[in-house]
Amino acid sequence: MPATAPGGVGQLRGEEPFPAAARRALADAQLRRNLGHATATIRAKSGAVIAEVPDWEQLRAAGSAIKADVLARLPELLEQLEARVTAAGGVVHWAADANEANRIVTDLVRATGSDRVIKVKSMATQEIGLNEALEAAGIIPVETDLAELIVQLGDDRPSHILVPAIHRNRAEIREIFLRAMPGVDRALTDEPADLAAAARRFLRQTFLSTSVAVSGANFAVAETGTLAVVESEGNGRMCLTLPETLITVMGVEKVVPTWRDLEVFLQLLPRASTGERMNPYTSMWTGVTPGDGPQAFHLVLLDNGRSAVLADGVGRQALHCIRCSACLNVCPVYERTGGHAYGSVYPGPIGAVLSPQLTGVADNASLPYASSLCGACYDACPVKINIPELLVHLRDQVPHPRGESVAMAAAAYTMDHPALFAAAQRAARLSRLAGRRGRGLPPPLSGWTAGRDLPEPPVETFREWWAKR
Amino acid sequence: MRIALFVTCLADTMFPEAAKATVRLLERLGHEVVFPAGQTCCGQMHINTGYQARAVPLVRRHVRTFDPYDVIVAPSGSCVGSVRHQHALVARRGGDERLASRAESVAGRTYELSELLVDVLGVTDVAAYFPHRVTYHPTCHSLRSLRVGDRPLRLLRAVRGLELVELPAAEQCCGFGGTFAVKNADTSIAMLADKMRHVLSTGADVCTAGDASCLMHIGGGLSRLRTGVRTVHLAEILASTEQGGSPGERGELVVRT
Ligand code: SF4
Repeated sequence: MPATAPGGVGQLRGEEPFPAAARRALADAQLRRNLGHATATIRAKSGAVIAEVPDWEQLRAAGSAIKADVLARLPELLEQLEARVTAAGGVVHWAADANEANRIVTDLVRATGSDRVIKVKSMATQEIGLNEALEAAGIIPVETDLAELIVQLGDDRPSHILVPAIHRNRAEIREIFLRAMPGVDRALTDEPADLAAAARRFLRQTFLSTSVAVSGANFAVAETGTLAVVESEGNGRMCLTLPETLITVMGVEKVVPTWRDLEVFLQLLPRASTGERMNPYTSMWTGVTPGDGPQAFHLVLLDNGRSAVLADGVGRQALHCIRCSACLNVCPVYERTGGHAYGSVYPGPIGAVLSPQLTGVADNASLPYASSLCGACYDACPVKINIPELLVHLRDQVPHPRGESVAMAAAAYTMDHPALFAAAQRAARLSRLAGRRGRGLPPPLSGWTAGRDLPEPPVETFREWWAKR
Repeated sequence: MRIALFVTCLADTMFPEAAKATVRLLERLGHEVVFPAGQTCCGQMHINTGYQARAVPLVRRHVRTFDPYDVIVAPSGSCVGSVRHQHALVARRGGDERLASRAESVAGRTYELSELLVDVLGVTDVAAYFPHRVTYHPTCHSLRSLRVGDRPLRLLRAVRGLELVELPAAEQCCGFGGTFAVKNADTSIAMLADKMRHVLSTGADVCTAGDASCLMHIGGGLSRLRTGVRTVHLAEILASTEQGGSPGERGELVVRT
């Protein structure tokens, strides 16, 4: 069995189980208002532009099929990618886990002599805790995506894949800027345009004075060795073109065979994620081009548990994920608890299945239960990941509490013996009629009566009624 | 037609009126209903809680019990969903390929009530009478796992005296989710709060659905808040007529404290 992502590094494990973290989030009325408003807005936008595409279902099927093909021949495609990137003047590094990837990137930055890097928004570098590793080595990472910058300056953690600061409103953002942004004008208002202008002034300075950039990648085309980043703001493009050195950290599952495959994903991704017909900026680069753009390019191929996911025939579909965040935006659990409750950089439905697989389920045992299995995520996913099926699959691997195991075994035995089952039905009715009526039930059943009444048991069960008929 | 009733463990134990109404309705439409002895539970609770191996004997029991029948009905979208989408998988994982293919065959003959009425029996007007203002919650399993679509609404629209009012954000989960309701009680109750707000906003006096489990959850919340809004299973509405049985001997699925 391939290794899972190591502990003590990166952000895949929460400090407490989901129900405890969720309880705190649920008590934060401001957070729930911010989230409810933001997810409803994105849902509406995305739904409208998806409705415009007559062949959306065929596109989803194509996206899913391409990803399945990629996973079926991943080693071959990665070797092809490595050969093409190398031939185009890039250098490819293989990182088995977060520690190795952080070490590789830190060494590469050190070798340039720079003590600062500009960063393109990237889930992979969040996953491995690259910013923390760089800071520990005396290198300052500056996030250039606006939302990611808000999170970084606020000394906060991202709570959404696409909109990391979704849990913040503009008044909170103004405060963060005034507190932490170097050189900010004290007269800053909380108008979105004013906030964006302040960030722009700060970032422009940083772009022009930093010689190393770190990015992730949305796709890598094996046939040509081309990397691709899609974004909305253009900050990523600045990072990808201005510096002398570019270091890209990419999860191994992001490779696609050919340019033609991009066509499918470039239609699926923006409509499902931001609700745009096409993302405003698509940047692509192949190795280095003399006299144009970065003159040194490094590609770090990250495993960090992905081989372990790949080894599971049911679980591997989680690697189809293109990080569009559509599943978060439709998830009724995410909408109420927000992303921090999931304890991982991957929140929401995909986080509930991907995080436990990357870390091993024992390290994230509460996450597969952080869903009512309503299925909205499966319908929304542009690459058709059957998240409910995966949740149930992972629940089967979770180390179960002993009391629960005993109760489930007893229930299964009773249910496999109809006479016992009928007796249990009568016993339940008697104990309820004896006055307990669901009050004072022991945990976890007490959770039911915290906000709901239990129905009064009927005078007779259906099978008793039928027998008398 | 001879129809086997899969009562489901929850309806059998807690909500027999929904099952009795299913029997009355089908008999009124001229069909023969049989109740195969030996049935208990489809194993959905075990499967969804992470005890698939424990569910194998329950799947085997279910398949053995229902295999002899051509048409099987259950007044529950989620149990039919489990039969249709989980039984064969669980059997296959348990290494029993023969059971898996028999499970697939049983699944192909198992219908949720609105599917049976509209698709198999070809009726949308069951000559029911239910003079109330009603809102319909589509429940996630009926909606997404079974894709029953507007079948329940078509049936409800044909009920005499019934005023159907649209439920805002109807497709959002009510927060039940089986063991989710106790394992993540706080989140479940937060989801329920929004569902109840939407139900109350319609001014309906009855909230109906095709799943007793979701109704138990929503009804339990409405009862705690003393809203006076009742939850009634779709089968009970469809079984009600001007001659009575409206809605069943026990009156309704009202949850009392
Ligand atoms: S699981 Fe699907 S919907 Fe969710 S982020 Fe990934 S691709 Fe998007």
